[in-house]
Amino acid sequence: MHRYFGRKSLIYLLTFIVAVTLNWLIPRFMPGDPVLRMLTRSSVSNPESLAPMREYYENVFGLDVPLWQQYLNYWSELLQGNMGISVWLFPAPVTGVILKAVPYTLALLIPSILLSWVAGNKVGALAARRKWLDNTVLPLGYVLTATPYMWLGILLAWSLGIVMGIFPIAGGYSFALRPSFTVGFIANAFTHWFLPFLSLFLVAFGGWAIGMRNLIIYELEADYANYLEALGTPRKLIRRYAFRNAMLPQLTGLALQLGVLVAGALVTEIVFAYPGLGYLILQAIQNQDFFLLQGVFLFIVIGVLLANFIIDIIYVLVDPRTRTGLQGGTA
Amino acid sequence: MRTELYFAFRNRKVVGGFAVILAFLLLGLIAPLFTDHGPNDYVGPPAAPPSGEYWFGTTTFGQDIFLQFANGLRSTFLVGLLGGGIAAIVGMTIGFVAGYRGGIVDEALNMLTNIVLVLPALAVLIILHTYIGIKSVPAQALFIGLFSWPWVARAVRAQTLSLRSREFVDLARLSGLRPLTIIRREIAPNMSSYLLLTFILLFGGSVLFAATLDFIGLGPTESISLGLMMNNAVQWSALHLGLWWWFVPPGLGITAIVGALYVMNVGLDEVFNPKLREM
Amino acid sequence: MGLRVENLRVYYRTMRGDVKALDGATFEVADGEIMGLAGESGCGKSTLSKSLIRLDSRMKLVAGSVELDGKMLPLTDHEAMNKYRFAEVSLIPQYAMSALNPTRKIGKMIAELVRSRGFSYRVLLPELERRLALVGLSPDVLNNYPIELSGGMKQRTVMVLSTLLDPSLLIADEVTSALDVSTQRAVAETLVQFRDRGFVKSMIVVTHDLSLVYQIADTIMVMYAGKLAEKAPADKVVKEPRHPYTRLLISSLPEVGVRYAERRLVGIPGRPPGLLDPPSGCRFRDRCPLAFDKCAEEPPFVEVERGHEVACWKAM
Repeated sequence: MHRYFGRKSLIYLLTFIVAVTLNWLIPRFMPGDPVLRMLTRSSVSNPESLAPMREYYENVFGLDVPLWQQYLNYWSELLQGNMGISVWLFPAPVTGVILKAVPYTLALLIPSILLSWVAGNKVGALAARRKWLDNTVLPLGYVLTATPYMWLGILLAWSLGIVMGIFPIAGGYSFALRPSFTVGFIANAFTHWFLPFLSLFLVAFGGWAIGMRNLIIYELEADYANYLEALGTPRKLIRRYAFRNAMLPQLTGLALQLGVLVAGALVTEIVFAYPGLGYLILQAIQNQDFFLLQGVFLFIVIGVLLANFIIDIIYVLVDPRTRTGLQGGTA
Repeated sequence: MRTELYFAFRNRKVVGGFAVILAFLLLGLIAPLFTDHGPNDYVGPPAAPPSGEYWFGTTTFGQDIFLQFANGLRSTFLVGLLGGGIAAIVGMTIGFVAGYRGGIVDEALNMLTNIVLVLPALAVLIILHTYIGIKSVPAQALFIGLFSWPWVARAVRAQTLSLRSREFVDLARLSGLRPLTIIRREIAPNMSSYLLLTFILLFGGSVLFAATLDFIGLGPTESISLGLMMNNAVQWSALHLGLWWWFVPPGLGITAIVGALYVMNVGLDEVFNPKLREM
Repeated sequence: MGLRVENLRVYYRTMRGDVKALDGATFEVADGEIMGLAGESGCGKSTLSKSLIRLDSRMKLVAGSVELDGKMLPLTDHEAMNKYRFAEVSLIPQYAMSALNPTRKIGKMIAELVRSRGFSYRVLLPELERRLALVGLSPDVLNNYPIELSGGMKQRTVMVLSTLLDPSLLIADEVTSALDVSTQRAVAETLVQFRDRGFVKSMIVVTHDLSLVYQIADTIMVMYAGKLAEKAPADKVVKEPRHPYTRLLISSLPEVGVRYAERRLVGIPGRPPGLLDPPSGCRFRDRCPLAFDKCAEEPPFVEVERGHEVACWKAM
């Protein structure tokens, strides 16, 4: 078990280092002058701030010190939580801008991931048992999992938002309101949250349902299931075992799908102008705000690594084989 | 091989999925040949609903959506083929070599695989696309391919490990064949059906990836694609203006193609796996 | 009372038609009898042994009946058959190494299994522990996950579990094929011991290893291409076989006591006929050195002397 976690931690640490290094490397080795590009393309409304901006960015890129020192400086700034200053929202620090957006993204991601996983597993397991359900769940699942996230978002926004007028289709809450812990605000935020959540939930749900259905069918063909059948065990117990065992690869699948799910959340936010990280990415791209973009990138990497680590812990709790140290788990 | 073809032609999932894909492919290949206009030319009245003249209607700028759609299909197939192909080749090579060589080579490649596996690919692609600025579909496909191979490498590695210990591979090794020759001649053919299934999944994955990037506005600047159509539709308020014909076809096209690929994949699995076939 | 099988026909449904894997088998296994069931792979011995306990979804019972201790087994009714499984007829599977649920502790799995069948684990536990001790396992294995046991330990656990309810008939399906020679012997001796102690009344030991089954079986039945070829006391089958196929099978053994593990017999030229559309007449005709005109007609499986049945025109 210690070896299992040691190995995992090493991989995550290396991944983080690679991500940070990529982040540092790309702007410095791309053709052209990134500072110039950033400043000329950014629409700065206040010309007076252009001078301090230029001074700041040239200082950060530290073009007069050797590369290795730039690299070390980058790390030390990063470890102090400093990711630079945003161009789009100058002079707001990138870290602050991101921290304001993160709760929105998490509010979308965590419920949609967990609920779609649980519901998909339940429905998939049921489908493996009943023919009529299988004949509806399977095609529906394939359609949902083949649907691009943003398209489902667009369809929902158009049908439920514009045509039927049930839900608002832009923003995290109405412009007239200020964030507060009042019933009115939370209800308002909920209506804005619902459609992006629903589109994320539906697409992911399709994938989990299909995965579970196929895994259960394989589990029911496994030797232990055949043996139990030969001993006259009621189907109920065998299905319970099959479901439990099929959860393990589904858990691994969850870890593997995290990146895709995050990507789905990003584009869904763009569709609904939901003020999370996806929305920041769009703004950063349109304003050539590289610092903000890179900050968001690092946040996503850190988030995915943390989620992976949590899944690893759960995996050890549910799979006895990782605990006895005789067999590796997900890696 | 002949039995497999026999069962493939009798499998409804394979035939149905293949028919859908072929229909879209032909549409994409043939339809643009019947017009002198490019997909972004302003040819008709603005915001016209579907009609006999403009089958899928027009954009707010008077661009022919059917023409955009047909041209977009070309990009979709190209990115799927190239992106899926590159990912398949990289993943298989790394998986084969790691599984066959073992030892320190395996350790290193395995570590690399795991790192790329947990890196959120889309986030990396966004960074790369923003700085480099992708101009063509093949360039986009290259980047997508380079970041979607790890799970293939992992699966291929595991299969190679199990195949490596089989007798016929031992025999080949004893008879003095070079490792690469053994991989090519003995191991790869034994996994060919699996590799085909993998490629189909990678194809679908690349299409979805490209659509996502295009939608964010990071697509190839020099061509039209289904994702870019959706991006334009959203950017120019097609939802508020009720121009459903602008954003429905591109998403529907992607869903149909990717869905057909997945269904075909399941069907082929039944064809290759006799245990599933006999049920 | 024992087991009486009457004209049992079980076919496999495939997309190309029915594979006639078991095409009419009539025989008896007496109380206290250990019957070895031998033949090449694909001869129908696995189909026969499976049919007696559980028909899988591809298998179709075409004709015949099976009677155990005077009661007809409801082979085609999965639910009704459950009452007999484990308690009356039980199985030690070929895949004993992977027969236990990998994510459950063994004791917990057994408890859930027996409870689901309406028995009390608490009542059975002392006997379970006694039998584990008998095969050299400490009661601690009940607190282990299957992955923590060695292959041999898992095999013995499965043997004890399968016979826990003292079934009348035990089917041991290729139980030794995955083991090394010394373990094989121990397993075979344990089977005899189970019979002697009354854990099971009668036993069918399915194997392609004639030399092993010769050491423990009272009788041996040989199958060929979905049909019974010969059944007789073990000594008779090995020393005075009547069916030409059995003779070739015996002579292809280097000597009795030495193991052969070839899947296809080296000693007999040709291969068994396909069972999708089997030839008429004696199915061994094409490979038989003694074949003559009469073999175009199917030979009946008849008793040629007391306790010795053969299906061959030359043996009558």
